[in-house]
Amino acid sequence: MPRIAFTPQLRRLLGELPDFDASALVLREALAQAFAAQPRLRSYVLDDQGHVRANVAIFVDGRRLQDRVTLSDALRPDSVVHVLQALSGG
Amino acid sequence: MSLNAWVATRKGLFEIAHRGSSAGWQIAGHSFVGDPVSMVLPGSDHGQFDGRMFAALNLGHFGVKLQASDDEGKTWRELPAPAYPSQPEGAEGPAWKLMQIWSLARSPAALWAGTLPGGLFKSVDGGESWALVESLWQRPERLGWFGGGYDAPGIHSICPHPNQPGELLLGISCGGVWHSADEGASWALRAKGMRADFMPPGQQEQENIQDPHRIARCEAAPEVLWCQHHNGIWRSSDNGLSWQELKAPLSSFGFAVAAHPLDPLTAWFVPAVKDERRIPVDGALVVNRSRDGGQTWQTLRTGLPQQHCYDLVYRHGLAVDENGQHLLMGSTTGGLWASDDGGDSWSTVSLNLPPIYAVQFG
Repeated sequence: MPRIAFTPQLRRLLGELPDFDASALVLREALAQAFAAQPRLRSYVLDDQGHVRANVAIFVDGRRLQDRVTLSDALRPDSVVHVLQALSGG
Repeated sequence: MSLNAWVATRKGLFEIAHRGSSAGWQIAGHSFVGDPVSMVLPGSDHGQFDGRMFAALNLGHFGVKLQASDDEGKTWRELPAPAYPSQPEGAEGPAWKLMQIWSLARSPAALWAGTLPGGLFKSVDGGESWALVESLWQRPERLGWFGGGYDAPGIHSICPHPNQPGELLLGISCGGVWHSADEGASWALRAKGMRADFMPPGQQEQENIQDPHRIARCEAAPEVLWCQHHNGIWRSSDNGLSWQELKAPLSSFGFAVAAHPLDPLTAWFVPAVKDERRIPVDGALVVNRSRDGGQTWQTLRTGLPQQHCYDLVYRHGLAVDENGQHLLMGSTTGGLWASDDGGDSWSTVSLNLPPIYAVQFG
C-alpha cells in the first residue's frame, strides 16, 4: 500500500507524525485517509480550497506532484509520497 | 504598579512586564519561538470568553494558524483558524484563501477576525469555530477593493462600540471604512470626507477605495475616531459619519495611531516620509501628539533615536494603556520603546527584537 511520509518540521507543530500507510491509489484519497487519522494535519498541507498550499512540496515516487489543485496524481501500491516544505516558504 | 503587554513579531510572541519605574519593561516570556505572529488579542475583563487570549500565526509553509491560551499565555492550544468557504467557479476578485489574520477584536457577544484577502470572520463560541461574514464579503463593492501594503485587500481595524452592543466599524486597506449596527448583518460605508490622492481625478473622494491605514476609537467617548490614512490624518466625532482632515508636523503620513482611551481630544501618531520611502523624517524617530482634537501638536523626541534611524512603526505597532499614560511603540526593525508619561519621554526596551507586527497591553 502507498506510504506517505511527512516532513519532520510538521512534528514540531503537530507532535508525533509517523509514516502513514494508505490504501487509496489516488493521491487525493490517500491524503484524505491520512487526514482522517490526524485531522489537524489537513490545514497544514491543503489551503481553504483544498489545493496544496503554495509553499508545500509533494513528491510521488521522487517526482514532483503534477496536480496541485485536485490532487489527481495516481499512486501505485508500492508508491512512496513525501510531503515536504518548499524552500519558497522561507 | 504592574503592567503587562504583548509583542507580536516575525519570530514569535514576546510577553513584557513593567514592575515599577526603576525596573522599566523587561522581557518576561517568549512563545512560538521562530514563528511569525501576525496578531495577538490579550484576555479582557469583560465579555464572553473574556479571559481567553489569542495569537494568530502565519507559518510560511503551513498557513495561518490560530492559538488560544486560557492561562495568560503560559500554555497554548491550536484552534481551527478561520477558513473561506468553497470558491464558486468564476468568482471574481482574490482567491478565497486565508492569507493572514490582520486584526482580532472582542465585542460583547462575539469575537472578530479581520483578514487578508478582505474577509471578516465571526466566532460566538470563544474561537472554537469561525464563520465568514457573508453580508460583507458578498457586497458588490468588495470587488472594487485592492491591496494596500499587500497584494490583496485586508481588514486591519475592528472597532466595536463599547456602549452599543452589535455596533462595529472596520478599516480596510484599501476598501474604506465600513459600519454595521446589527452585529454584522448589514453594512454601510462611512468614509465621507476622506481623500485618496493615489486615485485618478474624479475618483479620489470615493469611499470604497480609501486607504485608512489604521483606525482607533476613544473608549470613553466612542463617537470619536482617529484615522491614520495613506493621505494624512483624519478624525471623526460622529462615529464615522463624517471625517475631518488634520495636519500634523513633519509629515501626516504614517501607519499607526493610538487614541487616548479617556480623553477624546488626545491621540498619538508616528510620522514617516510619504510614501514610497517610508522612513522617519530626517532619520529621527518621533511621535506626534495632539491634546486638542488635532488643532495643535507636540512632536515628542526625548529618548527616541534622533540620528540615522530607519525604524518604521507599522499599523499595529503603537499602543496605549487603559489610562492613557503608558505607551509602547515597536518597529519593523525590532526596536521597542516605552513611555510612562503619555509620550513626553521614552525609554528603550530593546533594539534587537525581530520585526514587530503588533503591540498590545493586557
